[in-house]
Amino acid sequence: MHDQPSVQELVAAVKSFIDDTAAPQLTGHAAFHARVASNALATVLRDLEQRPGAEASERQGLIDLLEASDDQSTAELNRALSERIQAGEITIATPGLLSHLKQTAMAQVEIDQPRYSGLKTAKR
Amino acid sequence: MARSSAAIGLPAEAKLIEAAGHAGVPVPDVLHVLTSNDALGDGFMMSRVLGETIARPILRNDEFVGARDVLAAQCGVALADIHTISLDGLPNELQQSGGLAQISQYEEIYRDFDVPRPVFELALQWLKANAPDPIDTVLVHGDFRLGNLMIDEQGLVAVLDWELAHLGDPREDIAWLCVNSWRFGQTQNRVGGFGRIEDLLTAYNAKRGTDFTAKDVDWWEMLGTLKWGIMCMIMYEAFRSGADPSVERAAIGRRVSETEIDLINLLETTHA
Repeated sequence: MHDQPSVQELVAAVKSFIDDTAAPQLTGHAAFHARVASNALATVLRDLEQRPGAEASERQGLIDLLEASDDQSTAELNRALSERIQAGEITIATPGLLSHLKQTAMAQVEIDQPRYSGLKTAKR
Repeated sequence: MARSSAAIGLPAEAKLIEAAGHAGVPVPDVLHVLTSNDALGDGFMMSRVLGETIARPILRNDEFVGARDVLAAQCGVALADIHTISLDGLPNELQQSGGLAQISQYEEIYRDFDVPRPVFELALQWLKANAPDPIDTVLVHGDFRLGNLMIDEQGLVAVLDWELAHLGDPREDIAWLCVNSWRFGQTQNRVGGFGRIEDLLTAYNAKRGTDFTAKDVDWWEMLGTLKWGIMCMIMYEAFRSGADPSVERAAIGRRVSETEIDLINLLETTHA
Protein backbone atom coordinates (compact mmCIF):
# COMPACT_ATOMS: atom_id res chain seq x y z
CA MET A 1 0.00 0.00 0.00
CA HIS A 2 1.17 3.49 -0.80
CA ASP A 3 1.45 6.13 1.89
CA GLN A 4 2.49 9.17 -0.07
CA PRO A 5 0.76 11.22 1.12
CA SER A 6 0.36 9.51 4.47
CA VAL A 7 -2.90 9.78 6.40
CA GLN A 8 -1.20 12.37 8.63
CA GLU A 9 -0.15 14.44 5.63
CA LEU A 10 -3.64 14.31 4.13
CA VAL A 11 -5.30 15.40 7.35
CA ALA A 12 -2.73 18.17 7.84
CA ALA A 13 -3.37 19.36 4.26
CA VAL A 14 -7.14 19.49 4.81
CA LYS A 15 -6.60 21.33 8.12
CA SER A 16 -4.41 23.91 6.35
CA PHE A 17 -7.07 24.37 3.69
CA ILE A 18 -9.72 25.03 6.37
CA ASP A 19 -7.49 27.38 8.37
CA ASP A 20 -5.88 29.35 5.55
CA THR A 21 -8.40 29.29 2.71
CA ALA A 22 -11.92 28.33 3.76
CA ALA A 23 -12.31 29.80 7.25
CA PRO A 24 -11.27 33.37 6.34
CA GLN A 25 -14.10 33.47 3.78
CA LEU A 26 -16.77 32.30 6.21
CA THR A 27 -18.82 34.28 8.69
CA GLY A 28 -21.18 33.57 11.58
CA HIS A 29 -22.15 30.01 12.30
CA ALA A 30 -20.19 28.58 9.38
CA ALA A 31 -16.99 30.28 10.59
CA PHE A 32 -17.56 28.82 14.05
CA HIS A 33 -18.04 25.33 12.63
CA ALA A 34 -14.88 25.73 10.52
CA ARG A 35 -12.94 26.39 13.72
CA VAL A 36 -14.53 23.34 15.36
CA ALA A 37 -13.65 21.28 12.28
CA SER A 38 -10.05 22.45 12.36
CA ASN A 39 -9.78 21.60 16.05
CA ALA A 40 -11.27 18.17 15.34
CA LEU A 41 -8.57 17.51 12.74
CA ALA A 42 -5.91 18.55 15.25
CA THR A 43 -7.40 15.94 17.59
CA VAL A 44 -7.22 13.38 14.77
CA LEU A 45 -3.51 14.08 14.27
CA ARG A 46 -2.77 13.76 18.00
CA ASP A 47 -4.88 10.60 18.20
CA LEU A 48 -2.97 8.98 15.32
CA GLU A 49 0.31 9.75 17.05
CA GLN A 50 -0.49 9.15 20.72
CA ARG A 51 -3.21 6.49 20.88
CA PRO A 52 -1.04 3.39 20.35
CA GLY A 53 1.24 4.22 23.29
CA ALA A 54 -1.58 5.53 25.48
CA GLU A 55 -3.74 2.48 24.89
CA ALA A 56 -0.88 0.10 25.60
CA SER A 57 -0.28 1.84 28.95
CA GLU A 58 -3.99 1.81 29.76
CA ARG A 59 -4.21 -1.87 28.90
CA GLN A 60 -1.25 -2.81 31.07
CA GLY A 61 -2.67 -0.76 33.93
CA LEU A 62 -6.01 -2.57 33.65
CA ILE A 63 -4.35 -6.00 33.55
CA ASP A 64 -2.30 -5.16 36.66
CA LEU A 65 -5.26 -3.71 38.54
CA LEU A 66 -7.64 -6.57 37.71
CA GLU A 67 -4.95 -9.27 37.80
CA ALA A 68 -6.44 -10.26 34.47
CA SER A 69 -5.02 -12.39 31.66
CA ASP A 70 -3.98 -10.89 28.36
CA ASP A 71 -6.78 -12.44 26.29
CA GLN A 72 -9.45 -9.77 26.89
CA SER A 73 -9.88 -6.64 24.82
CA THR A 74 -9.22 -3.25 26.42
CA ALA A 75 -12.95 -2.47 26.20
CA GLU A 76 -13.75 -5.72 28.06
CA LEU A 77 -11.16 -4.87 30.71
CA ASN A 78 -12.65 -1.39 31.18
CA ARG A 79 -16.10 -2.94 31.50
CA ALA A 80 -14.80 -5.38 34.10
CA LEU A 81 -13.18 -2.55 36.08
CA SER A 82 -16.38 -0.50 35.90
CA GLU A 83 -18.45 -3.44 37.18
CA ARG A 84 -16.07 -4.07 40.06
CA ILE A 85 -16.14 -0.39 41.07
CA GLN A 86 -19.93 -0.45 40.86
CA ALA A 87 -20.02 -3.59 43.02
CA GLY A 88 -17.76 -1.95 45.59
CA GLU A 89 -15.04 -4.58 45.13
CA ILE A 90 -12.60 -1.94 43.91
CA THR A 91 -12.77 1.40 45.70
CA ILE A 92 -11.02 4.73 45.79
CA ALA A 93 -8.77 3.21 48.48
CA THR A 94 -7.65 0.31 46.27
CA PRO A 95 -3.91 0.75 45.68
CA GLY A 96 -3.19 1.77 42.14
CA LEU A 97 -6.75 2.63 41.11
CA LEU A 98 -6.60 6.40 41.32
CA SER A 99 -3.17 6.59 39.70
CA HIS A 100 -4.28 4.30 36.85
CA LEU A 101 -7.42 6.36 36.22
CA LYS A 102 -5.43 9.58 36.42
CA GLN A 103 -2.77 8.43 33.96
CA THR A 104 -5.43 7.20 31.55
CA ALA A 105 -7.54 10.36 31.79
CA MET A 106 -4.47 12.56 31.35
CA ALA A 107 -3.40 10.66 28.24
CA GLN A 108 -6.93 11.02 26.84
CA VAL A 109 -7.10 14.77 27.49
CA GLU A 110 -3.62 15.18 25.94
CA ILE A 111 -5.24 13.91 22.74
CA ASP A 112 -8.69 15.50 23.07
CA GLN A 113 -8.01 18.97 24.57
CA PRO A 114 -4.32 19.39 25.46
CA ARG A 115 -4.82 22.99 26.59
CA TYR A 116 -7.62 22.13 29.02
CA SER A 117 -7.07 23.77 32.41
CA GLY A 118 -7.86 20.58 34.35
CA LEU A 119 -4.90 18.87 32.71
CA LYS A 120 -2.52 21.47 34.13
CA THR A 121 -4.07 20.92 37.57
CA ALA A 122 -3.57 17.17 37.22
CA LYS A 123 0.11 17.61 36.32
CA ARG A 124 0.84 19.54 39.50
CA MET B 1 -28.84 18.50 25.09
CA ALA B 2 -30.44 17.37 28.34
CA ARG B 3 -32.12 20.74 28.26
CA SER B 4 -35.14 19.63 26.24
CA SER B 5 -36.25 16.96 28.72
CA ALA B 6 -35.72 19.14 31.78
CA ALA B 7 -36.82 22.49 30.32
CA ILE B 8 -39.91 24.02 31.89
CA GLY B 9 -41.33 25.67 28.77
CA LEU B 10 -41.47 29.33 27.79
CA PRO B 11 -44.70 30.46 29.53
CA ALA B 12 -43.47 29.00 32.84
CA GLU B 13 -40.06 30.59 32.29
CA ALA B 14 -41.71 33.98 31.83
CA LYS B 15 -43.65 33.58 35.10
CA LEU B 16 -40.47 32.63 36.89
CA ILE B 17 -38.55 35.65 35.60
CA GLU B 18 -41.35 37.90 36.83
CA ALA B 19 -41.29 36.25 40.27
CA ALA B 20 -37.51 36.67 40.38
CA GLY B 21 -37.82 40.33 39.46
CA HIS B 22 -40.30 40.92 42.27
CA ALA B 23 -37.84 39.27 44.67
CA GLY B 24 -35.13 41.72 43.68
CA VAL B 25 -33.11 39.41 41.43
CA PRO B 26 -31.68 41.37 38.49
CA VAL B 27 -33.63 40.14 35.45
CA PRO B 28 -35.02 41.77 32.30
CA ASP B 29 -38.63 42.96 32.50
CA VAL B 30 -41.12 40.57 30.92
CA LEU B 31 -43.11 42.85 28.61
CA HIS B 32 -45.51 40.42 27.04
CA VAL B 33 -46.21 36.69 27.17
CA LEU B 34 -47.61 35.38 23.91
CA THR B 35 -51.18 34.08 24.01
CA SER B 36 -53.18 32.09 21.49
CA ASN B 37 -54.52 35.46 20.20
CA ASP B 38 -50.99 36.29 19.01
CA ALA B 39 -50.92 33.11 16.89
CA LEU B 40 -47.14 32.96 17.22
CA GLY B 41 -46.79 29.86 19.39
CA ASP B 42 -45.16 29.93 22.82
CA GLY B 43 -42.87 32.78 23.73
CA PHE B 44 -42.41 36.05 25.58
CA MET B 45 -40.81 39.43 25.04
CA MET B 46 -38.37 41.02 27.44
CA SER B 47 -36.91 44.48 27.83
CA ARG B 48 -33.51 44.97 26.23
CA VAL B 49 -30.61 44.75 28.66
CA LEU B 50 -27.12 45.88 27.69
CA GLY B 51 -24.08 43.88 28.71
CA GLU B 52 -21.78 40.98 27.89
CA THR B 53 -22.62 37.29 28.27
CA ILE B 54 -19.58 35.67 26.64
CA ALA B 55 -17.21 34.30 29.27
CA ARG B 56 -13.88 35.01 27.59
CA PRO B 57 -14.09 38.84 27.47
CA ILE B 58 -15.69 38.97 30.93
CA LEU B 59 -12.76 36.99 32.36
CA ARG B 60 -9.96 38.61 30.38
CA ASN B 61 -10.77 42.12 29.15
CA ASP B 62 -9.64 45.21 31.07
CA GLU B 63 -13.07 46.83 30.93
CA PHE B 64 -14.40 44.10 33.25
CA VAL B 65 -11.61 44.29 35.84
CA GLY B 66 -13.87 46.14 38.30
CA ALA B 67 -16.77 43.79 37.61
CA ARG B 68 -14.61 40.74 38.32
CA ASP B 69 -13.73 42.14 41.76
CA VAL B 70 -17.35 42.36 42.90
CA LEU B 71 -18.99 39.62 40.85
CA ALA B 72 -18.59 36.75 43.34
CA ALA B 73 -20.36 38.75 46.07
CA GLN B 74 -23.03 39.93 43.60
CA CYS B 75 -23.65 36.33 42.55
CA GLY B 76 -23.94 35.39 46.22
CA VAL B 77 -26.61 38.04 46.76
CA ALA B 78 -28.50 37.12 43.57
CA LEU B 79 -28.47 33.41 44.45
CA ALA B 80 -29.61 34.17 47.99
CA ASP B 81 -32.50 36.21 46.58
CA ILE B 82 -33.43 33.43 44.14
CA HIS B 83 -33.35 30.87 46.94
CA THR B 84 -35.58 33.05 49.10
CA ILE B 85 -38.40 33.29 46.53
CA SER B 86 -41.60 31.89 47.99
CA LEU B 87 -42.50 28.52 46.48
CA ASP B 88 -46.20 29.39 46.70
CA GLY B 89 -47.51 30.49 43.36
CA LEU B 90 -44.56 29.29 41.30
CA PRO B 91 -45.46 27.58 38.00
CA ASN B 92 -46.63 23.97 38.32
CA GLU B 93 -44.14 22.92 35.65
CA LEU B 94 -41.29 23.09 38.15
CA GLN B 95 -40.13 19.64 39.15
CA GLN B 96 -38.62 18.56 42.43
CA SER B 97 -35.06 17.35 41.80
CA GLY B 98 -32.66 16.91 44.69
CA GLY B 99 -29.13 15.54 44.64
CA LEU B 100 -29.88 11.82 44.89
CA ALA B 101 -32.70 12.09 42.33
CA GLN B 102 -30.26 13.72 39.91
CA ILE B 103 -27.72 10.96 40.48
CA SER B 104 -30.38 8.36 39.61
CA GLN B 105 -31.53 10.31 36.58
CA TYR B 106 -28.05 10.82 35.13
CA GLU B 107 -26.84 7.34 36.06
CA GLU B 108 -29.73 5.87 34.08
CA ILE B 109 -28.85 7.94 31.02
CA TYR B 110 -25.18 6.97 31.35
CA ARG B 111 -25.99 3.25 31.72
CA ASP B 112 -28.25 3.37 28.66
CA PHE B 113 -25.26 4.43 26.54
CA ASP B 114 -23.53 1.21 27.63
CA VAL B 115 -20.07 2.74 27.30
CA PRO B 116 -18.45 2.07 30.68
CA ARG B 117 -16.19 4.82 32.00
CA PRO B 118 -14.46 3.74 35.22
CA VAL B 119 -13.96 7.36 36.34
CA PHE B 120 -17.70 7.96 36.17
CA GLU B 121 -18.32 4.74 38.12
CA LEU B 122 -15.96 5.89 40.86
CA ALA B 123 -17.58 9.33 40.99
CA LEU B 124 -21.04 7.72 41.23
CA GLN B 125 -19.89 5.50 44.09
CA TRP B 126 -18.29 8.43 45.90
CA LEU B 127 -21.38 10.60 45.47
CA LYS B 128 -23.69 7.90 46.80
CA ALA B 129 -21.44 7.13 49.77
CA ASN B 130 -20.98 10.78 50.75
CA ALA B 131 -24.39 12.32 50.03
CA PRO B 132 -25.11 15.24 52.37
CA ASP B 133 -28.30 15.41 54.42
CA PRO B 134 -31.13 17.10 52.51
CA ILE B 135 -31.97 20.65 53.54
CA ASP B 136 -34.96 22.89 52.90
CA THR B 137 -36.17 22.91 49.30
CA VAL B 138 -35.76 26.16 47.38
CA LEU B 139 -36.20 27.41 43.83
CA VAL B 140 -32.97 26.44 42.02
CA HIS B 141 -32.02 28.38 38.87
CA GLY B 142 -30.31 25.29 37.46
CA ASP B 143 -27.86 26.91 35.04
CA PHE B 144 -26.37 29.86 36.92
CA ARG B 145 -22.95 30.46 35.25
CA LEU B 146 -21.15 32.74 32.82
CA GLY B 147 -22.93 32.49 29.49
CA ASN B 148 -26.27 32.88 31.24
CA LEU B 149 -25.37 36.03 33.19
CA MET B 150 -25.37 39.52 31.68
CA ILE B 151 -22.36 41.50 32.92
CA ASP B 152 -21.28 45.12 32.46
CA GLU B 153 -18.40 47.20 33.90
CA GLN B 154 -20.15 47.37 37.28
CA GLY B 155 -20.86 43.64 37.41
CA LEU B 156 -24.07 41.59 37.32
CA VAL B 157 -26.85 43.16 35.25
CA ALA B 158 -29.24 40.27 34.67
CA VAL B 159 -29.72 36.56 35.36
CA LEU B 160 -30.91 34.87 32.14
CA ASP B 161 -31.93 31.41 30.91
CA TRP B 162 -34.31 30.10 33.56
CA GLU B 163 -35.46 27.08 31.58
CA LEU B 164 -33.64 24.52 33.77
CA ALA B 165 -35.13 25.90 36.98
CA HIS B 166 -36.46 23.35 39.44
CA LEU B 167 -37.13 22.80 43.13
CA GLY B 168 -34.13 21.46 44.97
CA ASP B 169 -31.05 22.13 47.04
CA PRO B 170 -29.58 25.66 47.13
CA ARG B 171 -26.04 24.28 47.20
CA GLU B 172 -26.57 22.94 43.66
CA ASP B 173 -26.63 26.47 42.18
CA ILE B 174 -23.57 27.61 44.14
CA ALA B 175 -21.57 24.55 43.10
CA TRP B 176 -22.62 24.60 39.44
CA LEU B 177 -20.93 28.01 39.17
CA CYS B 178 -17.75 26.37 40.54
CA VAL B 179 -17.59 23.43 38.10
CA ASN B 180 -14.23 23.70 36.35
CA SER B 181 -15.77 23.78 32.87
CA TRP B 182 -17.55 27.00 33.88
CA ARG B 183 -14.29 28.60 34.99
CA PHE B 184 -13.39 28.84 31.30
CA GLY B 185 -9.67 28.25 31.82
CA GLN B 186 -9.30 30.43 34.92
CA THR B 187 -9.13 27.40 37.23
CA GLN B 188 -7.49 29.29 40.09
CA ASN B 189 -10.74 31.22 40.65
CA ARG B 190 -13.21 28.66 41.94
CA VAL B 191 -16.28 30.84 41.41
CA GLY B 192 -16.91 31.01 37.67
CA GLY B 193 -13.25 31.71 36.86
CA PHE B 194 -13.55 35.19 38.42
CA GLY B 195 -13.95 34.97 42.19
CA ARG B 196 -13.38 33.36 45.56
CA ILE B 197 -15.92 31.02 47.09
CA GLU B 198 -15.45 32.75 50.45
CA ASP B 199 -16.61 36.07 48.95
CA LEU B 200 -19.66 34.46 47.40
CA LEU B 201 -20.60 32.61 50.58
CA THR B 202 -20.08 35.61 52.86
CA ALA B 203 -22.51 37.64 50.77
CA TYR B 204 -24.91 34.70 50.39
CA ASN B 205 -24.97 33.79 54.08
CA ALA B 206 -25.41 37.42 55.13
CA LYS B 207 -28.42 37.78 52.85
CA ARG B 208 -30.09 34.45 53.70
CA GLY B 209 -28.98 33.82 57.25
CA THR B 210 -27.39 30.49 56.33
CA ASP B 211 -23.97 29.23 57.33
CA PHE B 212 -22.73 27.41 54.21
CA THR B 213 -19.00 26.80 54.02
CA ALA B 214 -16.75 26.03 51.06
CA LYS B 215 -16.82 22.39 52.13
CA ASP B 216 -20.60 22.28 51.68
CA VAL B 217 -20.02 23.00 48.00
CA ASP B 218 -17.61 20.08 47.35
CA TRP B 219 -20.15 17.27 46.97
CA TRP B 220 -22.31 19.35 44.65
CA GLU B 221 -19.31 20.37 42.55
CA MET B 222 -18.51 16.68 42.04
CA LEU B 223 -22.13 16.05 41.04
CA GLY B 224 -22.16 19.05 38.70
CA THR B 225 -18.95 17.90 37.02
CA LEU B 226 -20.36 14.40 36.49
CA LYS B 227 -23.62 15.83 35.15
CA TRP B 228 -21.76 18.00 32.64
CA GLY B 229 -19.77 14.95 31.50
CA ILE B 230 -22.97 13.00 30.91
CA MET B 231 -24.54 16.01 29.16
CA CYS B 232 -21.56 15.96 26.77
CA MET B 233 -22.25 12.25 26.15
CA ILE B 234 -25.90 13.13 25.43
CA MET B 235 -24.87 15.79 22.91
CA TYR B 236 -22.45 13.40 21.21
CA GLU B 237 -25.25 10.81 21.09
CA ALA B 238 -27.26 13.28 18.99
CA PHE B 239 -24.46 13.02 16.41
CA ARG B 240 -23.97 9.27 16.72
CA SER B 241 -27.68 8.60 16.27
CA GLY B 242 -27.82 10.82 13.19
CA ALA B 243 -30.20 13.33 14.81
CA ASP B 244 -27.64 16.14 14.48
CA PRO B 245 -24.80 15.45 12.02
CA SER B 246 -22.84 18.65 12.81
CA VAL B 247 -19.10 18.57 13.47
CA GLU B 248 -19.78 20.43 16.72
CA ARG B 249 -21.93 17.61 18.08
CA ALA B 250 -19.32 15.06 17.00
CA ALA B 251 -16.46 16.98 18.61
CA ILE B 252 -18.21 17.45 21.96
CA GLY B 253 -17.82 13.72 22.54
CA ARG B 254 -14.12 14.47 22.95
CA ARG B 255 -14.86 16.83 25.82
CA VAL B 256 -16.12 14.08 28.11
CA SER B 257 -12.49 13.43 29.06
CA GLU B 258 -12.24 16.98 30.41
CA THR B 259 -14.80 16.09 33.04
CA GLU B 260 -12.97 12.82 33.76
CA ILE B 261 -9.77 14.69 34.61
CA ASP B 262 -11.77 17.20 36.68
CA LEU B 263 -13.44 14.35 38.59
CA ILE B 264 -10.03 12.76 39.23
CA ASN B 265 -8.69 16.08 40.50
CA LEU B 266 -11.68 16.40 42.86
CA LEU B 267 -11.48 12.76 44.00
CA GLU B 268 -7.77 13.17 44.76
CA THR B 269 -8.55 16.17 46.97
CA THR B 270 -11.29 14.38 48.88
CA HIS B 271 -9.16 11.26 49.28
CA ALA B 272 -5.97 13.09 50.34
